[in-house]
Amino acid sequence: MTLGAIGFTAPWLLLALAALPLLWLLLRAVPPAPVRRRFPGVALLLGLRDDDSVTDRTPWWLLLLRMLALAALITGLAGPVLNPERDEAAQTGPMLIVLDGSWASARDWPAKEALIGTLLDDAARAARPVAFLRLTAPEPPVFRTADAWRGQLAETAGPAPWEPTPRMMADAAGMLGDETFETRWLSDGLAREGRAALLAALRAHGSVTVHESPAPILALRPARVTDGALELTALRARPGGAREITVEAHGRDPSGTPRVLATLPLAFAQGETGAAGALLLLPAELRARLSRFEIAGQRHAGAVSLTDDGLKRREVALIAGREDREGLELLSPLHYLKRALEPTADLLDGALADILPANPDVIVLADVARLSGAEQAGLLDWAEAGGLLVRFAGPRLAASDVSRSEEAPLMPVRLRAGGRSVGGTMSWGEPKTLAPFPEKSPFSGLAVPDDVTVSAQVIAQPDPTLAERVIAQLSDGTPLVTRKRIGAGQVVLFHVTANAEWSSLPLSGLFVQMLERLAVSSAVAPPDPGEVEGTTWQPVQVLDASGKLTDAGTLPGVDGAALIKGPVGPGLPPGLYEGPDRWLALNVVTKDTEFAPVAWPAGTAVTGLAKPAATPLGGWLMAAALVLLCADIAAALALSGRLWPARAAALLLAALLAVPQPGAAQGRDKALEAALDVVLAHVLTGNARVDETAQAGLRGLGETLAFRTSVEPAPPAGVDLETDELAVYPLLYWPVTPNQPIPSAEAYVKLNAYLRTGGLILFDTRDADIAGYGAASPNGQKLQRLARPLDIPPLEPVPPDHVLTRTFYLLRGFPRPLRRPSDLGRGRAGGCRAGRGDAVSQPQRQRHPGADRRQRLGGGLGHRRGRQPALPGGPRLCRRASARDRLPLRRQPGDARADRQLQIRSGACAGAA
Amino acid sequence: MNHTARLRSSLRSRAETEAARLPPLLARAEHLAGTVLLGEHGRRRAGMGDDFWQYRPVQPGDERRQIDWRRSARSDSQYVRQREWQIAQSVGIWVDNAAAMGFASDKALPAKSDRARLLALAVAILLNRAGERVGLAGADLPPRRGEAQMMRLAEALIRDGEDDYGRPQAAGLATHGRALFISDFLGDIGAVRNALTAAADRGVKGVLLQVLDPAEEAFPYRGRTIFESMGGTLSHETLKASELRERYQARLSARKAELRALCTGTGWQYGLHHTSESAQSALLWLYRAFDAGTGPGTGAGR
Repeated sequence: MTLGAIGFTAPWLLLALAALPLLWLLLRAVPPAPVRRRFPGVALLLGLRDDDSVTDRTPWWLLLLRMLALAALITGLAGPVLNPERDEAAQTGPMLIVLDGSWASARDWPAKEALIGTLLDDAARAARPVAFLRLTAPEPPVFRTADAWRGQLAETAGPAPWEPTPRMMADAAGMLGDETFETRWLSDGLAREGRAALLAALRAHGSVTVHESPAPILALRPARVTDGALELTALRARPGGAREITVEAHGRDPSGTPRVLATLPLAFAQGETGAAGALLLLPAELRARLSRFEIAGQRHAGAVSLTDDGLKRREVALIAGREDREGLELLSPLHYLKRALEPTADLLDGALADILPANPDVIVLADVARLSGAEQAGLLDWAEAGGLLVRFAGPRLAASDVSRSEEAPLMPVRLRAGGRSVGGTMSWGEPKTLAPFPEKSPFSGLAVPDDVTVSAQVIAQPDPTLAERVIAQLSDGTPLVTRKRIGAGQVVLFHVTANAEWSSLPLSGLFVQMLERLAVSSAVAPPDPGEVEGTTWQPVQVLDASGKLTDAGTLPGVDGAALIKGPVGPGLPPGLYEGPDRWLALNVVTKDTEFAPVAWPAGTAVTGLAKPAATPLGGWLMAAALVLLCADIAAALALSGRLWPARAAALLLAALLAVPQPGAAQGRDKALEAALDVVLAHVLTGNARVDETAQAGLRGLGETLAFRTSVEPAPPAGVDLETDELAVYPLLYWPVTPNQPIPSAEAYVKLNAYLRTGGLILFDTRDADIAGYGAASPNGQKLQRLARPLDIPPLEPVPPDHVLTRTFYLLRGFPRPLRRPSDLGRGRAGGCRAGRGDAVSQPQRQRHPGADRRQRLGGGLGHRRGRQPALPGGPRLCRRASARDRLPLRRQPGDARADRQLQIRSGACAGAA
Repeated sequence: MNHTARLRSSLRSRAETEAARLPPLLARAEHLAGTVLLGEHGRRRAGMGDDFWQYRPVQPGDERRQIDWRRSARSDSQYVRQREWQIAQSVGIWVDNAAAMGFASDKALPAKSDRARLLALAVAILLNRAGERVGLAGADLPPRRGEAQMMRLAEALIRDGEDDYGRPQAAGLATHGRALFISDFLGDIGAVRNALTAAADRGVKGVLLQVLDPAEEAFPYRGRTIFESMGGTLSHETLKASELRERYQARLSARKAELRALCTGTGWQYGLHHTSESAQSALLWLYRAFDAGTGPGTGAGR
């Protein structure tokens, strides 16, 4: 029911307003309830009559006040709501929930799910049938009862890692049928072709309300390699204020564990929609391991950019047969190779035996004839595992009898003795030029310049396999480059030298192109659509809408051309695809993607994802009723002459309390509050449960402290490392979760300053119950990453005479992990004694399944029951002494020197469950 | 059987409760009496008694055997030896034990009955020490002397009555004896008048002590109130209790004036005591009142 601009959720209650006149009479007639008193003097009272003239004459304004209060109460209870047209209960008939269902919806999916839940609740209450239409996978809407949809929201309405194409939208518009329904459109906020048409189609069936989150969508374009650096560009749909985001580069570390290898802050300038930045100085090793880039905190597929072979710089090992000709650079067999490869590949230098374990992508042997047995075996293994061995001929190879009578394993062909020399002063004929490359050759299509001549070469023995192994030949048909596959790898022999002695090939641009084609240098360019036409690419890992990589499982392969052309869609999920000889990443956001916020036509009702913004007025009316009733009390007291100063003050106080505190009062300066008292702090991890646990644990710790010591801490505070002042907290408790964001560089500056000025950080990996000591668990690894930028000196085992053993509570033994070297942060054990320098900081680490159990220390710490304590103060204190309680104690001023010693705390309560 | 057992057990428990209250009351009364023992309690006139009072010259009419020869031998005139008059008076005490006396407006104040019993017993102890016989008005406890009588008195005093308001009893008062009535006298004034008149008819003189709670004087009540008597038999409802205050106080002072007039008419003494005041001053006043009443020719306080 609506009344002007106000609707009522419980309009029948308004009937109670009719009772107000009745109330008028009652209020006038009924005196207050009597007090019963025992009083012997009643005998003297008998027969005394009340003065009628003063009993019930309530002034009209007081009655009006009461009536107003009651009217406000009744109206408030009737649930008045501003904006009646958005009132759920007012709508009837079927409801269609349209979802974009794109990757951009994934970030707000929890909120959307909640909204859908609310919509379903309302629909269920009003017995309205509901249907879903997901634009990324349009199906004709089926209207069912609201309850029937519950439990399968994720399947019917969950986001997909692609976005609806205009064709899908048109299909969806065609599926609407001719029913009349109300539409709720949960949009992702990105402009898209076909939206307007669909909106018009939906409007033809009934009213349309659009829900979309005002938070801007961020996306990440694929990384590009520019001048050796990785360039990343982030986009946002709506130009807004300046904003900083962090891009994380994920990959596997040398031990194969996925982790964040690097972070890159990107800044959106005011009013800009793009932010670009480059990851410089990323070692090639690291770069080769990158698997994806991700905007931190954005949980959708558009914020994830998978990388493929395109980013990797190949590692090329160059090994020459003669290394002893110093100074003759132009004659060095490796000079031209180095010049050709340096811009695009990483060159390794060294002895073959040293290089092989580094597992380079390519090994170039320039005029190396003989290999030792071990070297040859190692090379063979390496090549069979996929290595590319490129050999160049030269005087040594020509002079040796390698692969003479029978083919050497590491030579593609047999060689004739001596080779040949053409066009020289002592020989007949002209230097030979190159023939066009045969079609099957990897070089096919490269233009052959005329000025490339060959004056000397080694000659291949004609063998049955020779023809298929030749991939380049001279104009007279002599093989110039031959190739043989060894397992997954191959060996390629250039029948000329790598310098300009035998041919002018190394001087030409063709040389570089040939190396590129051989994938000696990085295989950068994405393949042409024509090149991959007809090939099948198998998905290895696919990206879901929320940006998580999952194994592709048994997904069918896709056609190469479709993979290159895109766009991603139902048959072509984004992910990592494996092709004939390379991997290709298919991302949601390509390098050409541009965003724009959707512009809904005027008159469209657009709201946020919160429950449709009906402004309830009930609370205000109730408050008004309360205030009026308070005024009534005061007035009634004043009338009867009983408004004493004390009562008036109490009333005033109550009225003041009833007035809502302004927001500013609540947001008192956090640092100021912390400075006024001892406040234990915990680092906010972003995981609500962990934060809550930490809060509860610190509160418990505070209670224990207040109970046992003279320290009485204020309630603990959660600290945002980026924004909060740290210096005011004596203790920072830092629970480690695997997916908490790594603080920014500025935050680390603050943290280091905090540590240097005597701060205490207590890391808690919370995994003592499942992990040992070290970096074996995800939390341990995360701790190492978190602690790496911290200025922590090497650690040492706690010595027996450490201050921990000599504080107020005497300890004879430590829990087991404290007795051995630790590897916090640096992975180094032992080292110099921490705590000798003045600027030594105090990160403490504990491994504990839950901070809230900190009070339940077992007997393993401190004195066991029954053993005589060494402290004369009394066994009770000793027995209950908790080393954990001591941490903040030690943080209090006093024993400053001892404060500065470094602790590691671990596993103290592993079993306390 | 069952009923008898229950009766017996309740009697027993009540007896225990009473017995527990008895020694404190006695002790407090003794203590109070000890503070007031200001000197000998003689009649201060010649009469029958053991103690020497004075020698006086023989007057006409004296019998010869009354002459104290030993004293007369030391002078020319003859003397008669007189002893101090030590007639034992009978004092009857009536303490209102009705429910109305159980009222105390504040936890810090004693109930009126408490104060009344204390005063009565203390007076009894004083009188006993002075050689008077003390008993209760009515037929319960005739006047006697001695410590045992004090015990019996205390026992009898702590019994609670069941009426709402007490009615003074003039029965059992010895002719020409003394009497002490302690009550709030808020009940029927007719009963008081009857008792006093009957006592005066028998030549009994005494003291009327009205014990009131401060709340009964001040009437500090407000708002809509139903006043009930302590026994619950009377009730009065008012919408504005504060409006009643002045009229109530007027009635109370009228009651006091009436009592005072009654006392004046019958030769009794009227005293007013509030439970907020100290018991000692009341006892002092009572003592003086008795003293004055018994002494010849001393009219103070009448």
